[in-house]
Amino acid sequence: MDFTLDSEQTALRDAVRGLLGKAYGSSETRREVTKTDPGWDEKTWQRLAEMGALGLPFAEEDGGFGAGPVEVSVVAEEIGRVIAPEPYVEAVVLAGGLVAAAGTAEQRAEIIGALAEGTLVPAFAHTEAQGRYGQRAYAVTASHDGDAWTLSGVKEPVLGGARADLLVVSADVDGATALFLVQPDAAGLTRTSYSTFDGGRAAHVAFDATPATPLGEAGADQSAVIAQAVAAAQIAYGHEALGAMAFALETTTEYLKSRKQFGVPLMTFQALTFRAADMYVSLELARSTVTWATLVLLDGDADATIEAASRAKLQVSKAGRHIGQEAIQLHGGIGMTAEYSVGHYTSRLTAIDHALGDGRHHLGALSATLDDHEVLEPLP
Amino acid sequence: MKLQLSDEDIAFRDEMRTFFTTQIPQDIRDTVAARRELSKDQIVRSMQAMNAAGIAVPNWPVEWGGKDWTPLQRHIWHEEMQLAGVMPPLAFNASMVGPVIAAFGSQEVKERFLPKTANLDIWWSQGFSEPDAGSDLASLRTTAVREGDEYVVNGQKTWTTLGQYGDWIFTLVRTDPDVKKQAGISFLLIDMTSPGLTVRPIELIDGGHEVNEVFFDDVRVPVENLVGEENKGWDYAKFLLGNERVGVAPVGSTKRTLAQAKEYAKTAGPGGTSLLDDPLVAAQIVDLENDLLALELTALRVVANSADGKPHPASSVLKLQGTVLQQAVTELWVDLAGPNALATGAGDGSDVPDLARVATTNYLNYRKASIYGGSNEVQRQIIAGTILGLRG
Repeated sequence: MDFTLDSEQTALRDAVRGLLGKAYGSSETRREVTKTDPGWDEKTWQRLAEMGALGLPFAEEDGGFGAGPVEVSVVAEEIGRVIAPEPYVEAVVLAGGLVAAAGTAEQRAEIIGALAEGTLVPAFAHTEAQGRYGQRAYAVTASHDGDAWTLSGVKEPVLGGARADLLVVSADVDGATALFLVQPDAAGLTRTSYSTFDGGRAAHVAFDATPATPLGEAGADQSAVIAQAVAAAQIAYGHEALGAMAFALETTTEYLKSRKQFGVPLMTFQALTFRAADMYVSLELARSTVTWATLVLLDGDADATIEAASRAKLQVSKAGRHIGQEAIQLHGGIGMTAEYSVGHYTSRLTAIDHALGDGRHHLGALSATLDDHEVLEPLP
Repeated sequence: MKLQLSDEDIAFRDEMRTFFTTQIPQDIRDTVAARRELSKDQIVRSMQAMNAAGIAVPNWPVEWGGKDWTPLQRHIWHEEMQLAGVMPPLAFNASMVGPVIAAFGSQEVKERFLPKTANLDIWWSQGFSEPDAGSDLASLRTTAVREGDEYVVNGQKTWTTLGQYGDWIFTLVRTDPDVKKQAGISFLLIDMTSPGLTVRPIELIDGGHEVNEVFFDDVRVPVENLVGEENKGWDYAKFLLGNERVGVAPVGSTKRTLAQAKEYAKTAGPGGTSLLDDPLVAAQIVDLENDLLALELTALRVVANSADGKPHPASSVLKLQGTVLQQAVTELWVDLAGPNALATGAGDGSDVPDLARVATTNYLNYRKASIYGGSNEVQRQIIAGTILGLRG
């Protein structure tokens, strides 16, 4: 049992931190970048590709770099530290993960290599306005005439849906949920982009008899594949949140040291420092569970991974709300301004909380497993 | 990074599990499972069973009965004992005075006290807190004045847990009133049968008698009962309070108590139905299990990655969150007991399940956990000051 990074992983962290620190050294840069479509910086994405970050979770024969969840977690955490708007978890871990898990050898070769090189950015079109969280598709249905498949219906909000070079779409096939690939120039595809509160982009994606290619076996139920890819993305989001929470706490701590009121630094007031101490407790507890979930994923048991991802997401939901809210409160008015960084962290933590299942959702999911065990045993 | 324990540690875990579930007298484990108070005799027999197997004081130097275990192995030892419903070795002996004597006592003091301390032939009491020295321990006022080969001790200690069983008491006493308060304190061992020493019980809100006041009225103590050097007692006390990284958070016992609560809930609904079908109850238990998981994993991070001897910064979280969850589970028990929580005085012939009868006394009793051993406010002060650098 070991919860520390090895030297290669530490080197990766330092490299990514260096790259992203340069790209988003000031929160003003991020504000500028997120003002214009696609809401992130193509050059930074390309640099992440050159570093190898985009191919980390994928097998070498598919065009990836054959690393694993720990390396992905290292990148995600650095993304979170500067709340870089690049769609690392969304495009690489989630959409890429689905292609890697469900795609044919040919599809994998075509898509994974380009994703790792930074030339193809996919998005997973799964969320539906009335779908809430889960693996099933309801509002988009697939039908076929021989081998020719078409999709109809609406997905929304689809993160990065308008910029995507390729859409991975979940669709209902007679009660099963299958996966399809849709090209950006496909007939009957309409994508309407808008901003999300955290500076990102989401889209209303409408399909009207839109030609689609089955991802993997045509029409087969892929709920289990979706559940695994979603779990990996939930865990990676957990690391993104850890990076963001750590930075929010550091910024708050610095502010309490430097800001003076009544002629003394704010840290003179125990009412404030105790709340910062509680933020630290929340952060470390979340770090423990998220790191553990990554190791469960590394271990490879599918059911255990889904449960661990839920546990991580629940802990992160609570910690993210606590730290995000307190970071603003302990700053006072400045924390409310768009010009200052900390509110954007709270905003991003809120977005992560509500992507792929919030705390309440996972509390419900875990309630169903309550009677499966006498006590929780974290180690295999 | 990896999740698996090494084969060696798995074998160690199995060995501990077997020992604690088969070698500790069953009446003791049954009393713990019933959430009832252990008698003095049970506490003594439990620790002596461990000492006979050589595992009562693994944190001591090897020459005095300690084990050359890794921090992780000590963690496993501690967890397995709690999961099996075994009380950890008496803390006053095993975690407090023993390590101090082993580290700072003279050879003579070591030989005189350590074997009997490990075997609980001597029951130690702790004489630190005073009526006007709680969290601010260094302001203590009990004095020890040197007269020839003796110290004459006067003053009062309080919150002396299980002092009614004590044979000896280790105390912090003021030996120099004219220097900075931390610099004039000594660590003195006192025979509790000494003339002038009186123990008076304090009744607590749960109706129990767990703590005491101890009065010293011209108690004469031989100078050879001094540990280490005169006026260095504060250093030894800091060592005592600060060197423990394993078992700071009572994870195993809280896990066991929560598992019991879950089991109890299955038939505690109206007409014997399961309260787990109530989504609010289920959500509350899931939340506690998840928080407890995070705590256990934090404890594992601390023991797995503090082999270089430096305390892991996250260790400060353990006492704080450990007691928060310990208390939360005692509170859950009262909620699950519902109206039966009132039946604390029920005896033979009562229809109320025994575990429901003890729910409220345990709840009230464990309000102590966030106060003793450095209150949770002191823990927040340590986190804010030492880790975050926020110094008012």
